[in-house]
Amino acid sequence: MKLFAQNRHIVQRLGFIAITIMALVTVLPIIGTVAFILMKGGSAISLEFLSGFPHDGMRTGGILPAIIGTLYLTLGTALFSVPLGIAAAIYLSEYARDNQLTRLIRLAIINLAGIPSVVYGLFGLGLFVLFLKFGTSILAASLTLSIMTLPVIISTSEEALRAVPQAFRTVSISLGATRWQTISRIILKEALPGILTGIILGLERAAGETAPILFTGAAFFLPQLPHSPFDATMALPYHLFVISTQVPEMPIQIQYGTALVLLVFVLTMNVIATVIRSRARAKRQW
Amino acid sequence: MVDKIIIENLSLQYSDGTESLRNISMGIPQNAVTVLFGPAGGGKSTLLRCLNRLNDLTEIKASSGRILMDGENILDPKTDVIALRRRVGMVFARPVTLPMSIRENIIYGLELAGEKRKSKLDEAVERSLKLSAIWDEIKDRLDEPASALSGGQQQRVCLARVIALQPEVILLDEPTSGLDPISTGKVEAALFELKKEYTVILVPHSVQQAARTADHAAFFLTGELIEYADGKNLFTNPKQKKTEDYVMGRFG
Repeated sequence: MKLFAQNRHIVQRLGFIAITIMALVTVLPIIGTVAFILMKGGSAISLEFLSGFPHDGMRTGGILPAIIGTLYLTLGTALFSVPLGIAAAIYLSEYARDNQLTRLIRLAIINLAGIPSVVYGLFGLGLFVLFLKFGTSILAASLTLSIMTLPVIISTSEEALRAVPQAFRTVSISLGATRWQTISRIILKEALPGILTGIILGLERAAGETAPILFTGAAFFLPQLPHSPFDATMALPYHLFVISTQVPEMPIQIQYGTALVLLVFVLTMNVIATVIRSRARAKRQW
Repeated sequence: MVDKIIIENLSLQYSDGTESLRNISMGIPQNAVTVLFGPAGGGKSTLLRCLNRLNDLTEIKASSGRILMDGENILDPKTDVIALRRRVGMVFARPVTLPMSIRENIIYGLELAGEKRKSKLDEAVERSLKLSAIWDEIKDRLDEPASALSGGQQQRVCLARVIALQPEVILLDEPTSGLDPISTGKVEAALFELKKEYTVILVPHSVQQAARTADHAAFFLTGELIEYADGKNLFTNPKQKKTEDYVMGRFG
């Protein structure tokens, strides 16, 4: 009996160690990726690289147009997906009753999230580039990315809105507030950190995607920065794809340098989201 | 004694089949504390929530009857519910302060009603906090988050928030259920002040509280009004067997 109890203790120890190791293993890929890219591409980073145009068939020079392009695309995506996403989330969380229509909307959002990104690209080509005649442009690419980003923004925002205690709504209404006054004065303010986190995570994914912009707005090479939303643009993920597969005798540190810039861009957004979330948690009054 | 509110044949059933009201008729006098008491599930909170139309937020299967306030049927679909809720304030069982400062909590309803003058708002803050017997405790902390206060203080801020709107009727749904005896005493003392100006309707959290506070008392059991009488008479000399059993603590 005593032996059995001892064994059980050892088994528990072993289980604990195994779980700890598995948890550590999940951290390895991210550390490995960042370290690897930093090692290979760190030497490419210079002011010239960040602020110059590509030269010699992109084998030398900088990646400024791709950086600016990704910024434009991210902002463009935000412009369309943020208002629409928040509005949809408010509708679903605050106004929608549990009926057929609401279930249909939810089903659509879930399915939207499951569509492969290259399919979004083709859809954007058909709708925005060809049918609406936006051409291969920042506008068409941003709209395509927006559709892809919407489900993330809607579902995280809805979750953030639902997390605000129901009692706030009841109290506010009982004090003579309308539903909308309650939402705009209390609920949105309390849900804002959660909504912002969702927006940033959604945009972060949009910033790193290649397939949706492939047919809708990304250019192989442009000698100048885009002047209007109807111009095509270079973008970091597509540029990375191009210099990794389409250009022979490409210096390897330029490839990894580009990857590093994209990675920093995306991870920075991630860090901002994390900071917003933890700050809001500390300040929260419920 | 003038009846501020007259309830006529009020019946109500929720969509999920729970707690309902069965053919309630009663008058609620002005400037008095009317207590609605009885075991849980009797329909007391439902009745309160009819009086400020907060039940509009809940799915209701069927309702009938009338509630006349100053002669007007507030259950009429044409009633301006926003204006009604400013006239009929409510304090809930759990002290829920809104996530903002104490001052902002008090003036929330007034600002929504369009009051912008700082002097009026300041005046309302002081007056309502004094009436709720909490002014001296927190007058120097008005800009702190209301959530930093103790439960008993928060509940009195909730009461002040209602008073600030200068309603005509104040509904209190077990306002002291989560409070310590000292805070409870302060809230009860505030009720005696309040009834001079307002019509107060209280769902107490115990029979003892009902007996302490009631000018008029109504005993509710499973959606029915069993007995309604003067506070003194009902607790010392109940006419109905069920009321007597409950007041004596034989069930509930």
